[in-house]
Amino acid sequence: MKLVINGEPRTLAPLPHLAALVRELGLDPRKVAIERNLEIVPRSAYDLTPVADGDRIEIVHFIGGG
Amino acid sequence: MDDAGQRPMGAEDTWSVAGRTFTSRLIIGTGKYKDYATNAAAAEAAGAEIVTVAIRRVNLSDPSQPMLVDHVKPDRFTFLPNTAGCFTGEDAVRTLRLAREAGGWNLVKLEVLSNTKHLLPDMEETLRALKLLIADGFEVMVYCNDDPVYALKLEEAGAAAIMPLGAPIGSGRGIQNQLNLALIIEQAKVPVLVDAGVGTASDAAVAMELGCDAVLMNTAIAEARDPILMASAMRHAVIAGREAFLAGRMPKRMYADPSSPLAGLI
Repeated sequence: MKLVINGEPRTLAPLPHLAALVRELGLDPRKVAIERNLEIVPRSAYDLTPVADGDRIEIVHFIGGG
Repeated sequence: MDDAGQRPMGAEDTWSVAGRTFTSRLIIGTGKYKDYATNAAAAEAAGAEIVTVAIRRVNLSDPSQPMLVDHVKPDRFTFLPNTAGCFTGEDAVRTLRLAREAGGWNLVKLEVLSNTKHLLPDMEETLRALKLLIADGFEVMVYCNDDPVYALKLEEAGAAAIMPLGAPIGSGRGIQNQLNLALIIEQAKVPVLVDAGVGTASDAAVAMELGCDAVLMNTAIAEARDPILMASAMRHAVIAGREAFLAGRMPKRMYADPSSPLAGLI
C-alpha cells in the first residue's frame, strides 16, 4: 500500500484502519491530530477510518511556538 | 479596556477572554528555547497561565523525540494554538481545525503574515480568516497591526481579543507606537494584548502602563542569556506596569515642583 504521509511517499503493508497506522508509526494517538485527504479525522474514529492506497495523510502535533 | 482606579487595594485583579478568567497578565510563547525543560521552567517563573503553541508535522523518522506536551503540560497551562507561518486565511483555518482536534480547545490565536522579512500581519487576509474561524465556532484572539481602524474592524467581526504588535515579531524593539496602542485600548470593548516586540522588562511595563489587559511575548524570554531569570523579570514588570496603570500616574510638568515644602525654611 502506497501512502503519502506528511508529504513523504511511504510503502506499507495493508492496514485495516487509521488506528493501526498510528501504532505502526509508533505514535501516541492522544498527542496527535490527523487529516486524511484533507479531511480531519476525529480521534474517536481512528479505528473506524480505513486507510487506502494513495491516501494523503497529515499527522501533526503541538510544538513550541510564539 | 479602561478600568483605571476601579480596583480597591487588595481585591483580585483578573481579566477574562472568551468566558475564561485569568490572574496572570503575561502570556508566553514556547518557541526558540534550548529545550522544553527550560521552556517549562520559564513558564513557571513567568507565572504564566496561558502559553502559545504551534502545530507542525510529527517527525516520523524519530517518534521518540521530546514532545512539548510532556514538559509544558496542557493540564497546567491553557494552550493557545497559533497559526504562525500561515500566509493565507485557508492555511490558518486548516491549521486551527487540526489544533482543535489535537487539543480539544476552541480558543485560538490567529496570525496571518505578509512576508518573511518583517512578519507584519496581512490585515485584509487576517480579517477574512477571522470571519471563517468565527463561522466555524472558534474563539479568536487576533494578532494585528497597531492600527486602530483595523482593530475596530476585527472587534466588530467578533474577535475575542485584539493583539496589536509593539514591534515586529522577534525584533525586541519595544513599543513603537504608544499613541496608536492607546487609541486601540481606549476604543476596545474586548481585551487588548500587546503581542510581539517586547525586548526587555521595561517594554512590558510600558505596554501595561498604557492600559492593555495583558502582554504576550516569546523571544524576549527565550533569547535572554538567562531565560528563567528574564521570565521572572517580565512577571514583575507586567505586575508593576499594571499597578502603575491602576494607580494613575502623576501629570507631566514642564518645570520642577519641589517635594519638600518651601515654607518654614531657615
